[in-house]
Amino acid sequence: MGRFWSLLFLLVPILGVGCFVWAMAGLWPMRGHWLPEDVSSHGHVIDGLFMFILYLTGIIFVATGLVFFWFLWKYDAAQNAEPVRFMHGSHTLEVVWSIIPAGTLVFIAIYQMDAWADAKLRRPMLPGPDGKLNTADDIPKPPIAEITGRQFEWRIRYAGEDGIVGTRDDVQLVNDLRLPINEEVVLSIKSQDVLHSFFLPNLRVKQDVVPGMKQFVWFKAQKTGVYDIVCAELCGWGHYKMRGRLTLQNRSDFDRWLGQAHAAQNQAEFTPASGEAE
Amino acid sequence: MSAISLPAPLAADHHHAEMDVGTFIRTYVFSLDHKIIGLQFLFSTLLWFLVGGLLALGIRWQLAWPWQDMPVIGRMLFSAEGGQISPEFYTTLFTMHATVMIFFVIIPILAGAFGNYLIPLMIGADDMAFPTLNMLSYWFMWPAFILIGLSFLWPPYGAGGGWTSYPPLSAVKEAAPGSAFAQTMWLLGITCVGISSMLGSVNYMTTIIQMRAPGMTMFRLPLTIWGMFITAILQAFALPVLTAAGFMQLMDREFATGFFLPEGLQVNNNAMASGGGHPILWQHLFWFYSHPAVYIMILPAMGMVSDIIACFARKPIFGYKPMVYSISGIAGLGFIVWGHHMFVSGMNPMLGMTFMVSTMMIALPSAVKTFNWLGTVWGGKIQFTTPMLFALSFVSMFIIGGLSGIFMAATPVDIFIHDTYFIVAHFHYVLFAGTAMAVFGAIYFWFPKMFGRMMNDDLGKVHFFLTFIFLNGTFFTMHILGAVGFPRRLADPYDYETFRHLQPMNQFMTICAIGMVASQVLFAYNFFHSMFFGTPCGRNPWGANSLEWFAPSPPGHGNFDQQPIVYRGPYEYGSPEVDTDNYPQWQPPPSDPSRIHKPDHH
Repeated sequence: MGRFWSLLFLLVPILGVGCFVWAMAGLWPMRGHWLPEDVSSHGHVIDGLFMFILYLTGIIFVATGLVFFWFLWKYDAAQNAEPVRFMHGSHTLEVVWSIIPAGTLVFIAIYQMDAWADAKLRRPMLPGPDGKLNTADDIPKPPIAEITGRQFEWRIRYAGEDGIVGTRDDVQLVNDLRLPINEEVVLSIKSQDVLHSFFLPNLRVKQDVVPGMKQFVWFKAQKTGVYDIVCAELCGWGHYKMRGRLTLQNRSDFDRWLGQAHAAQNQAEFTPASGEAE
Repeated sequence: MSAISLPAPLAADHHHAEMDVGTFIRTYVFSLDHKIIGLQFLFSTLLWFLVGGLLALGIRWQLAWPWQDMPVIGRMLFSAEGGQISPEFYTTLFTMHATVMIFFVIIPILAGAFGNYLIPLMIGADDMAFPTLNMLSYWFMWPAFILIGLSFLWPPYGAGGGWTSYPPLSAVKEAAPGSAFAQTMWLLGITCVGISSMLGSVNYMTTIIQMRAPGMTMFRLPLTIWGMFITAILQAFALPVLTAAGFMQLMDREFATGFFLPEGLQVNNNAMASGGGHPILWQHLFWFYSHPAVYIMILPAMGMVSDIIACFARKPIFGYKPMVYSISGIAGLGFIVWGHHMFVSGMNPMLGMTFMVSTMMIALPSAVKTFNWLGTVWGGKIQFTTPMLFALSFVSMFIIGGLSGIFMAATPVDIFIHDTYFIVAHFHYVLFAGTAMAVFGAIYFWFPKMFGRMMNDDLGKVHFFLTFIFLNGTFFTMHILGAVGFPRRLADPYDYETFRHLQPMNQFMTICAIGMVASQVLFAYNFFHSMFFGTPCGRNPWGANSLEWFAPSPPGHGNFDQQPIVYRGPYEYGSPEVDTDNYPQWQPPPSDPSRIHKPDHH
């Protein structure tokens, strides 16, 4: 039976790699079972890092799996006539297989820091009073919209004509976020009640929304279309239905839409007179 | 312990007719004997294992066929919803699945059942240092069982804030149906589990330090004991933080202290009276315990697997000291990596970078351990017994669980896969395919010692084969879902267009999960049948080396009928000093000096 069990363990790397390759190739029945379409400018860095780690761990996975299989196959007591190697280890080997993984892990750790800083630390800036970018007086780019998580919806506010979010002329929407493409977009996100997480799978953006904190996310979309806004942090019984819709548009379409939305909202504003008339 | 003969072992005495009620209760209920306490933990945790498994099937059912009647049992369980799982009950399902599996199964089965049973036997002691504390550590589990059991009785049938209980959802009673009564029960229950673990941990540390048999130096301890020892230290240092955090959350709930609640909170249209706290504080405190707890849930399993593999490879463990240092390294680093659960939580991203580096580093001792296991099977004479198969599968599956951790440790990648099925795949590979498989192996391995009878090996192999196939069918596919960004904890993920096409794969996983739970019937049958009808075995059926095999099977009260004296480490298989392929720790060295083996130095 040792042969049978060795082969069973050989199936682990074979089927494991097979499963990933099948999904990456998108063959039936795993069509679309891989990283979703990336429409952001920075997503390829995250995807590239994912693939880099996948290949690296894949090599280790296959190598250790094959070695494991080979040892089980070769040293099966029922097949192996050689005496047991009476040994307690090897100092040299321990040093080798400590230093190589340590070096690799430190490399991965340092290699990715830049991508992390771009995503979470380096908020897009605008030129300051001197009119030049990358100088000391740069000012952070203001958010184009403010998003508030609330059980179980995303409330969205765009600045009205005064250019300030939080005033009376804001354009207010629910679960319907529209953003221009081909420019750095900053969003301010916050929560009114419990934790939520603002997850845009197609833009490789995720940030937990924490009540009491005002946070910013930024990205640059590159393609028009309609995408999901997912809540990725448990927020209660209706967590599953806290779905928003992100519409990416060209700047001109976006401006036209925002103007219309602003006008429509102001006209539709409730006044006692119009209420009585109906 | 003296060398005089001990009273007839109670456990070996099959004539209970003359035993009065008081003796029975002292012997089997409020017992001070570490073996009985260990078995009490084992039976309780196996029962909860079944509960946790059934809760998991509820989750799987909803993900495969959302809002559809469960055949036959759906109408009985959820009559109010017409046989459907309601969305609030779905949050209960995954909260309680994790709570039961972590706090009622994995931690108590490793430390409580195997720690209790094995520590005195493997170090050559007659019992634990503090038998009464030991008894209390088991009986403090019962308030937890009752409190959390009570929360199942009334709607919404359990807490629903996730096993992580992140405030404000869990701390504000109005935030969710499960956040009222059930969450209070949950917090009190977890506190009792904490007391139980703390009592056990103090006892294990003292016993291992103080009560080793003559000749049993620290570096002659079996790796199981090293795993238990380091785990006890982890528990002693990490648990107080969880207990404190739990009480802070209770205070927030009952007395509006506002440790975790910020200003201006408006939950469910109620303006909160309290404020001034911060929700992320809870996450720091919770993970300061719960990340070391991840290692509490695997280090003893690693130790037991090392013992089983060395025994059935008939070869010394490769790199004993590096194994000990790795266990210690994992434990030490385990205290400074908790922030990797919080990369996208709103924690300072600079701090995230620091935690990322320490997290990457913790992969190193795990890698060293894996290489040493491979080194152990190399050049051995492998016997493919049931416990060995489970131990080997631990190594094979731990490779997957360990490698998949690197994805989450990489902060930019974590932005995408955080809170998706990728992490669900990762921790099920570590905790189910790793720890639970090691526990199965350990049960098959030490069952003869516990009950004096062997479990059926053929049935055990069928159990192994089916579990192994089905677990990979259930959990490996989760990596693929994670790559699509499929979020966890959604009652109906197919509402999102991005994930709609993933339902067939979820159905496949659910079928595998049902197969996996069903396969455990074989184990239950084998376990209970062998207890009474298994082949009786001698003291050392596997030809192993460590001291528990020196005692009778099952050992009587006081464990050893002769004082064990330890001459060497526990892994001297295939030694040239003796003609047998094992060389037990208690066997004196050969009298002929020419046979004494001189180790080469290199």
